[in-house]
Amino acid sequence: MSLKRNILDLRKRKDEVRKGGGDEAMEKQVAMGKLSARDRILAIVDEGSFHEYDMFVEHAGTDFDMGTKVLAGDGVVIGTGTIYGSPVCLFAQDFTVAGGSLGLSHARKITKIMDHALKMRVPLIGINDSGGARIQEGVNSLAGYGEIFFRNTLSSGVIPQISVILGPCAGGAVYSPALTDFVFVVENISKMFITGPAVIKSVLGEDISMEALGGARVHAEITGNAHFFALSEKECFEQIKTLITYIPWNNTQKAKTFPVKEPKSKYKIQNIVPADARLPYDIREIIKSITDGSEFFEIMELFAANIVIGFGRMNGETIGFVANQPKVLAGVLDCDSSDKAARFIRYCNAFNIPIITLEDMPGYLPGVDQEHAGVIRHGAKILYAYSEATVPKITVIIRKAYGGGYIAMNSRHLRADFVFAWPTAEIAVMGPEGAANIVFRKEISEAADPDAMRQQKIQEYKEKFANPYVAASKGYIDEVIEPQETRKILLHALKISASKDVQGPSKKHGLPPF
Amino acid sequence: MAEQEKTQIIIVHSAKYQTTYNKKYENRKVWAEPNHNHINSYIPGTIIDILVKEGQKVAAGQSILILEAMKMFNDVKMPFKGKILKVNVEKGQKIPKNFLIIEIEPAD
Repeated sequence: MSLKRNILDLRKRKDEVRKGGGDEAMEKQVAMGKLSARDRILAIVDEGSFHEYDMFVEHAGTDFDMGTKVLAGDGVVIGTGTIYGSPVCLFAQDFTVAGGSLGLSHARKITKIMDHALKMRVPLIGINDSGGARIQEGVNSLAGYGEIFFRNTLSSGVIPQISVILGPCAGGAVYSPALTDFVFVVENISKMFITGPAVIKSVLGEDISMEALGGARVHAEITGNAHFFALSEKECFEQIKTLITYIPWNNTQKAKTFPVKEPKSKYKIQNIVPADARLPYDIREIIKSITDGSEFFEIMELFAANIVIGFGRMNGETIGFVANQPKVLAGVLDCDSSDKAARFIRYCNAFNIPIITLEDMPGYLPGVDQEHAGVIRHGAKILYAYSEATVPKITVIIRKAYGGGYIAMNSRHLRADFVFAWPTAEIAVMGPEGAANIVFRKEISEAADPDAMRQQKIQEYKEKFANPYVAASKGYIDEVIEPQETRKILLHALKISASKDVQGPSKKHGLPPF
Repeated sequence: MAEQEKTQIIIVHSAKYQTTYNKKYENRKVWAEPNHNHINSYIPGTIIDILVKEGQKVAAGQSILILEAMKMFNDVKMPFKGKILKVNVEKGQKIPKNFLIIEIEPAD
């Protein structure tokens, strides 16, 4: 064979693999609003940057006549590319090939690229679109999943791991995304569950659709399994690319810095917060009034919206924001919001991202459902995460900082580096209403007009304790600042914290309450 | 800025806060004191056998019913010494979770 013929032969072989499961299967895929596995990768990475490996790997099945079947690339595409110049390793399951089912070779391709990502210390992006285990390969496919989960855990906190659910991801397969840092879902396309609707119906008699059981919205809003929700694959790919700009390649590096932009003038920080602490506002307006270019990339927007988490930049550097949201459930801490914030704080700490905490919360959500759902152990996670974090930690108390919530929200006592408070801050053991009822119980009950007395005592308590100055007098607050100084002071605090270095006692690992 | 949308109230430490509810909070389960004289299914399943009759006196720990769920035969036992007041199921019946299967009353 001449070289030319060799090349033509190679091209023909590659083209054959690129056809995946064939034209008909591809058409079906596209009709569902889905791109093919390769097109998805190409939509995420920089143009011309993708290189695919293991195209000619064959499946390992021999039972049930599998020996005679050809499965292109064994139903998964792996490779490397760049996103805005940053290197990434990727895999994408190809639903058109045997339903993207996972057999031994399929799993080995995935673990190969996972090993590569860990060795090269670059982010891993996995696109899940699979019917599940390849039943014909039996226990080998279970082994494949196990090998993937193990590597997810090994890589956790070393390289960023991103899971994109673009099709079914059911049964054991869900645990790879669940072990990764960020899970992306798309409406009407993503389906995640341990046990599907058919089995649930036959065993339990409960009749539910796939979408209602484990659709994108369910995971973004109810379960908290998903971090980013999109209406189309295109929107999802944009979200992934944006995320990559905010995070470092690995845990020994810092995220890329960008040119500094002043916040947009339409965000007037001094006009956002109502003076009455019982009235709501959108804390995201405060975040946007202090970040570079007023940009804020929110994570888990729909889940536990009573706490807001996400990335913004200050002085061009990525910052993780954790902020109580008075607009939803008065910004209380509860099981879900503690879980959400704690995981994010740990992410920021693992990847060298400073944390700014904006505090305005009345305490923990009261209720039997919360107590019985374990608000004690869930709430403890947030304390644990802040205490453990060694990245720069800065708090701004905007209004309410009451009770256990005050301690939890990156207080001085958990080794915050800087704690600032607005003059509107109320730092107290509890709100004036509750405190007055306890401290002045006798005076109130014995008064001729108990309601008038209660109001008077609430007012007295408010004037004396509902301010930042009691805490400031004890050094728990470093400085009481004017709202419009917030960005300037945060920039300064970040600058001072840039080479922060603290070491805790040496240990194998801590035991956070999960 | 005060919200124009519909606001709701959350009470924490006696203070009323204007805010909005999320779906999960709206759908939260309101706790009710359990009735110890009611035997409810703790899992959905099929009634395989009923081992007692209405009016029968039963010792604590005695099997009163077999409920098949998740491929297991679950032995439902009398929680205390008492009498069977009412049996609300029959053999072969499929029941959901929290279904009131048997009503009982304690005996001295």
